[in-house]
Amino acid sequence: MTEIVIDKPIKATDNRVRPPSVMRRYGSQLGIIGVGLAMWAAFVVMAPTVFLDPDIYSAFAETTPLFAVIALALTFVVITGEIDLSFPSIMALGTAVFCLVVQAGMPQWLGLVAGFATGAACGWLNGTLIARLNIPSLVITIGTSFLYRGIELILMNGTGVPLTQDKYPAMQLIFNSHVFGVPVQSLWAVLFAVVLWVLLNRTRFGAHVFLVGDNPTSSRLMGINVVWVKTGVFMLVGVVAVFAGLMTSFVGYYFWPTTGDGFLLNTIASVFLGGTSVFGGTGSIVGSLVAAYIIGAINAGIVSAGINAFYTQLCFGLVIVLSVVLQTIIERRVRRQSITGR
Amino acid sequence: MPDDAHAGRVPVIELRNVSKTFGEVRSLAEIDFAVYPGEIVGLLGDNGAGKSTLVKTVMGYHRPDPGGEIHFEGKQITDWSVARARGLGIETVYQERALCEKQPIWRNMFMGREPTNRWGLLNVKRMRSEAARLMNEHMGFTSAAVHPENVVATMSGGEKQGVAITRALYFDARLVILDEPTMGLSLTETRKTLDFVEGIKKAGKSAIFIDHNIFHVYPVVDRLYVLDRGRVAGVYNRSEITMDELIERLYRVARSGSIH
Repeated sequence: MTEIVIDKPIKATDNRVRPPSVMRRYGSQLGIIGVGLAMWAAFVVMAPTVFLDPDIYSAFAETTPLFAVIALALTFVVITGEIDLSFPSIMALGTAVFCLVVQAGMPQWLGLVAGFATGAACGWLNGTLIARLNIPSLVITIGTSFLYRGIELILMNGTGVPLTQDKYPAMQLIFNSHVFGVPVQSLWAVLFAVVLWVLLNRTRFGAHVFLVGDNPTSSRLMGINVVWVKTGVFMLVGVVAVFAGLMTSFVGYYFWPTTGDGFLLNTIASVFLGGTSVFGGTGSIVGSLVAAYIIGAINAGIVSAGINAFYTQLCFGLVIVLSVVLQTIIERRVRRQSITGR
Repeated sequence: MPDDAHAGRVPVIELRNVSKTFGEVRSLAEIDFAVYPGEIVGLLGDNGAGKSTLVKTVMGYHRPDPGGEIHFEGKQITDWSVARARGLGIETVYQERALCEKQPIWRNMFMGREPTNRWGLLNVKRMRSEAARLMNEHMGFTSAAVHPENVVATMSGGEKQGVAITRALYFDARLVILDEPTMGLSLTETRKTLDFVEGIKKAGKSAIFIDHNIFHVYPVVDRLYVLDRGRVAGVYNRSEITMDELIERLYRVARSGSIH
């Protein structure tokens, strides 16, 4: 091949001779872990008897994963520059299908398959409308949110289903048990985090998720199937949402037709708090996982510390607003440094 | 016709009777276009003449209207797509450079062609080390000059063009398309890009070279297509036309829409 010399070799004094700093590469992840540790320290100081007792950790290790797993999948959608507001309805619809299949006398594993297939189908519809017809995801997933919830309410006729230990022993073991004293929900969250980290950072699909979110036109010019990538990320959220819906229902031993209510903001806040950019193209699975546990801890912490529960929302708001502002400032400083060479 | 020089030879890529309509606008009308092995073909024409649309059709980004045919090395290909075109060794350096600016250099270098290991997982280590090697050997960055982990947004225009060109070369392309590669480049960067186009020819590969500036295009090409309002207004061998004649004809096309 021919030698092409596009630019003079850069002098050693130039900042670009060095690899990007650790701060630049992992700034937002380090930031979120820092916020998490600082908050934990504050809780320990404020209520040492509560926060040095393992019970509190056991409690929020059971509840946080219910939305943390969705936050992990939603990170993919946000990296592609989209959003999904319909996952709370998909949680309920998929779990409803599971219950109906089992009520119809079919085996429970088939119910799981049908539930996950429902989640995939809902995600496929979201993704197809967004990627093929170019409808803004913010708009269309509000629409499909009502659509999926409506179908579920009609299917269930508005009534719930008990999911007891004696009727669903295997399901209770999968979704609501302890392994060596650790709540299985948190083990699921860690497993999802590992698998989804590999999917995002070590597969071609994951590489294309970053590229599509960064610049869809360039991606298309370089032969990346943008429609399939976007459809894929919405299907991922759909399937994971059903998993979370089942887990939530088995933890409560009952399927409520309103399952998913109250999940929307916690989940989305976890993704943004975790350093994934709303503009697409950048994001982190580790960040979303840590952020979800921070949000879970605030909830459990405030209540356990004996502080009035009214303060929960205030505390949420402060942590989220401060973290996002800090991330933006750090990012801007790092970027300016790298451009000006100082 | 200049085609006599290629009697009996099979073009690398050939478009027959290709039209492309966007809604009411006909960007390309009944285009016949061919590039032969080892040939540099220039594409001239005013804004809106259809140069970029033609290139994006060759590349599989746009699908021609029904009736148009695309032939690769003599075989008609009906399921033409970007992935297919790249798989057959056609690479493009786009006007807009087609880079993802928030991503590190190595991700841009292997965009759409990421190498995987035997478990189907990305070979990130190889992508990083190859990107570093390519920047060192082909882009003239000393090994430590630009780290493969740096994001593209922090680079200069010339450096970005370097990434886009190196990417096109790396995959051992048989046909390289350069869509206004000198746009927004400094004088020395432009010189280097033109040297690169000459290099393609020496390596026995083909190229399509689009540029507004006829003084850039004329010296490096073997053959020239002049486009006007979506039609081929003329095809010339460089040996048969002087630059002054060519400029004169381009003026005439611009004024009257006819080359004669």
